Amino acid sequence: MAVDTRVGQTIKHHDEEYKVIGTRPIRHDGLEKVTGEARYGSDINLPGQLHGKVLRSPHAHARIVSIDTSGAEALDGVRAVITSAAFPDPGDKLTGGGEAPGLPLKFKSANMLARGKVHYHGHAIAAVAAANPHVAAEALKLIDVEYEVLDPVLEVWDAMKPDAPVIIEDLYTAKADGTTAEEASNVAAEMLYEVGDVDAGFAEADLVVDREFTFGVVHQGYIETHNATAHWLKDGHLHVWCSSQGAFTIRQELADLLDHPITKIHVVPMEIGGGFGGKTTAYLEPLAALLSRQTGHPVKMAMDRADVLKATGPTPGGYVRVKLGVTNDGMITAGYANLAFDAGGYPGSVVGAGCRCVFAPYNMPNAKVEGFDVVVNKPKTHAYRAPGATHAEFASETVVDEICRTLDIDPVEFRLKNSAKEGDWQLAMPPYPRIGHIECMEAARDSAQWQTPLETAPGKKRGRGIASGFWFNIGFTSSVTAKLNSDGSVTLLEGSTDIGGTRTSIAMQFAETLGISVEDVDPIVADTDSVGQTDVTGGSRVTFATGLAAHNAANDMKDQIVEGLADLWDVAADSITHADGTFSANGNSATVGEAAGLLEEEGVFPIGKNTVTPTREGGAFAVHIADVEVDDETGKVEVLRYTAVQDAGVAIYPPYVEGQMQGGVVQGVGWALNEEYVYDDDGHLLNASLLDYRMPTALDVPNIETIIVEVPNPGHPYGVRGVGEVPIVPPPAAMANAIHDATGVRMSHLPMSPARVQAALAAEA
Amino acid sequence: MRAIQYAAPSTVEDAVAILAEHGSDARMLAGGTDLIVQVREDARDTGVFVDAKKIPELMDLSVNADGSTTLGAAVPCHQLYNNAQFAASYPAVVDAARIIGSTGIQGRASVGGNLCNSGPAGDTIPPLIVHSAVCNIAGPDGERTVAVEDFCTAPGRNVLADGELLVSLTLPKPPAGSGSHYLRFIPRNEMDIAVVGAGASLVLDGESITAARISLGAVAPTPLFVQAAGDALIGLTANEDSFAVAADIARDAASPIDDMRGTIAHRKQLSYVLTQRALRGARARAQGGSPTNGH
Repeated sequence: MAVDTRVGQTIKHHDEEYKVIGTRPIRHDGLEKVTGEARYGSDINLPGQLHGKVLRSPHAHARIVSIDTSGAEALDGVRAVITSAAFPDPGDKLTGGGEAPGLPLKFKSANMLARGKVHYHGHAIAAVAAANPHVAAEALKLIDVEYEVLDPVLEVWDAMKPDAPVIIEDLYTAKADGTTAEEASNVAAEMLYEVGDVDAGFAEADLVVDREFTFGVVHQGYIETHNATAHWLKDGHLHVWCSSQGAFTIRQELADLLDHPITKIHVVPMEIGGGFGGKTTAYLEPLAALLSRQTGHPVKMAMDRADVLKATGPTPGGYVRVKLGVTNDGMITAGYANLAFDAGGYPGSVVGAGCRCVFAPYNMPNAKVEGFDVVVNKPKTHAYRAPGATHAEFASETVVDEICRTLDIDPVEFRLKNSAKEGDWQLAMPPYPRIGHIECMEAARDSAQWQTPLETAPGKKRGRGIASGFWFNIGFTSSVTAKLNSDGSVTLLEGSTDIGGTRTSIAMQFAETLGISVEDVDPIVADTDSVGQTDVTGGSRVTFATGLAAHNAANDMKDQIVEGLADLWDVAADSITHADGTFSANGNSATVGEAAGLLEEEGVFPIGKNTVTPTREGGAFAVHIADVEVDDETGKVEVLRYTAVQDAGVAIYPPYVEGQMQGGVVQGVGWALNEEYVYDDDGHLLNASLLDYRMPTALDVPNIETIIVEVPNPGHPYGVRGVGEVPIVPPPAAMANAIHDATGVRMSHLPMSPARVQAALAAEA
Repeated sequence: MRAIQYAAPSTVEDAVAILAEHGSDARMLAGGTDLIVQVREDARDTGVFVDAKKIPELMDLSVNADGSTTLGAAVPCHQLYNNAQFAASYPAVVDAARIIGSTGIQGRASVGGNLCNSGPAGDTIPPLIVHSAVCNIAGPDGERTVAVEDFCTAPGRNVLADGELLVSLTLPKPPAGSGSHYLRFIPRNEMDIAVVGAGASLVLDGESITAARISLGAVAPTPLFVQAAGDALIGLTANEDSFAVAADIARDAASPIDDMRGTIAHRKQLSYVLTQRALRGARARAQGGSPTNGH
């Protein structure tokens, strides 16, 4: 089929017409990135720079009996060796900032360099700074660590057993009712979300489907590995250049971990080669800083791929149970879910987010969701694109499909009948504002793929699946400072590291509001000393929140221009009108560019600025359709055709909305079919390479057709909803439902690898 | 920081002398697509790299007077599929040469290097076995020959003693009416190591099978020559029933492990399926056609 996926379809549910928003300019950083001129963390090289490397644990669970660094220190070219003793005592302090603030700092500190105990294979033990990377690598071999190896606990269902070895001896469950458990266990926290009367709801049901699902650990798979260069000056100022999803977050973590004044820490965000939630926290930055303080030299560190897979923050494996009750005419009466996610070696998984999303696409009068955050001997898990939602909605959307099959109800009709809409409840959140699930489902129903019957082929097992997805998005704090230059162009400083083309989506909102062209805005991702507080690039918040700050800053600048022109023209400010980028009053008129020149002569240089913490981020829905072919002899699943439909609110910068949709599908297909951490019984990660951690290649995914649905978010002046995360949510369920359609087999574990599909087919036969 | 030595001998004798002097610290370097990666990842400790590519015998690809072909140990994969005569005679070897790495990798990676790396999943090894290839080995005590199916002894190990090197492979001239095919199963469509690989060669007299060889990769500590599976086909008609008989024997012969790339049950099943598919492909070629199997 000849489908041009470069420009997808857009379906608008509003009448707004914009000049800049919705157009497809060349992104501001495009040329630099294509030519290789863009500067990434590894491009930093400072005079006198040393190179740091990290020694990692060969064991998954062990007590550190002793560490002898003398051999490494004696090696020619080695300048410093540090262990956890180099970190200040975190005491009982809590962490600040980031996506999950408020966890005990001692856990984060011990994850930087193991403190007394190893919690996972690859856990950092010591760090070395040397004249070059080769000497540093040799020095690691000379560090003598004595371990007392302990039995590892790898899966949540094992870690939750009463007789399981307790990994953190003083971890007491924070219960859902606010109390704390009296005995230590691996369960860090329990949570409970409830609405209506779930028992009564199930009693009303004609059909109840109750299924269990399990998940392997998956990694975000960003191409650029973590890197950091730190220079600790003699006066205590610490400069750090790094690849992260938020310079301000890294600054906060450094202040916490190093017990150093935040005002003396300066973090420069470099270009970022992917993050997807995995670069929201520090790993190398504190080590480079401590090594720099100790040596007086800048210290540069970079992970290799094995380090990244072993010792950064993949997203959890775990368990989800979903039980749904429906009437014979297909109305949901009740839902129950139980989610247990592995936090990894320290508390703090994304299970709460999964709980909030598991039933989100549906208006469910009675629901109860329980969540468990469980410590296991795996790397400390982190966010990954709509964290927790993919697991949760894989389970619920598979159960919905089974119900539709059992009751012989069309899966689109079922979802339309039960869809959440404006005013319906949300778990642990205010009722839904205007949302676009129904509009997405209708667009999916009307799509070319859904309207084209699946082509059969002799001897081939083919099937089609559909699934919904929801992600709530976040607001947080963003800042913009915009300077009007004398030629009418604008230098726009913003603090959001640009992962998905957000420089341009921010600049477009500024340009729309001020009435100039986007090419006249030069957006710059500024460092922590040069722009106001800006939280992490995550939660699909940048185009929403930093875009709002840009809109507000443009209005601020507009007000200053009006004041300047009022003086110049000797008119009242409120008599000046602004339309299409031209200011007019009393026969005078000036474009923004002309105004800039006029004001310069008066010594007036407008600076628009804004810091904003919006809370009406508006949730995002997606509906995906997958056609697959299953080789029933080998279990291999091929994606034949794929359509992604998504409510973007208003697509500020459509090519990158489509890019996010397609990227989410690619990652979701990888998660669905092959990606997972493989451990041996001793807890060693066996596939810490991109050869054996199998992300999709270009040959594994088809053209991905996109349909942008625009149901504006009432919580944003331009109707923006975050778009970056929700597209990873539906793919595993859509694929599983398609596999069932093709073969009659229901898959209950991610990934649905060839071996698992083949085993399921053999079991069914 | 470790210093390494690089040697580039121009004769087999010089190479043998260097290898004999340094013993297990020395390693022949052909394309380097395994060796350099292994050394960089600390998976192998090699102090002396002996470049194979300056030695004419190791870069030779020629047809001998008796119709057999000599394939120098360091001849890169791309030369095989770009050589029409070789491709026509040994299609299973070319099937493998085309799927090892990308085009760039195939510009350096060699069949001899793949064999000396002795991985159980080495893609070129089952095809060499089904083509009855023989290793020509030189060493301090002179030359010797070893059948490819007897070359590998364990994962990453083979019969080469210190001081010995693989000079070339001799592939017998395929008889009239013969065809061969190699395929592997990988979970993705690129960038993977075989979960199972299967090679088959058939010689047909009309519809009747007069000779057959079957070999499996990644189902045992070494690439497996399943002689019984081929022998069972002799005298049978080249049809699905016969292929199922051979595939059954191949599945029984497979003794795979569970690891990060596959499970025992899946590899057993794949041994059966891929043997059938390899035989279908070999039959198609023996009859002048080409395989239609996918992955």
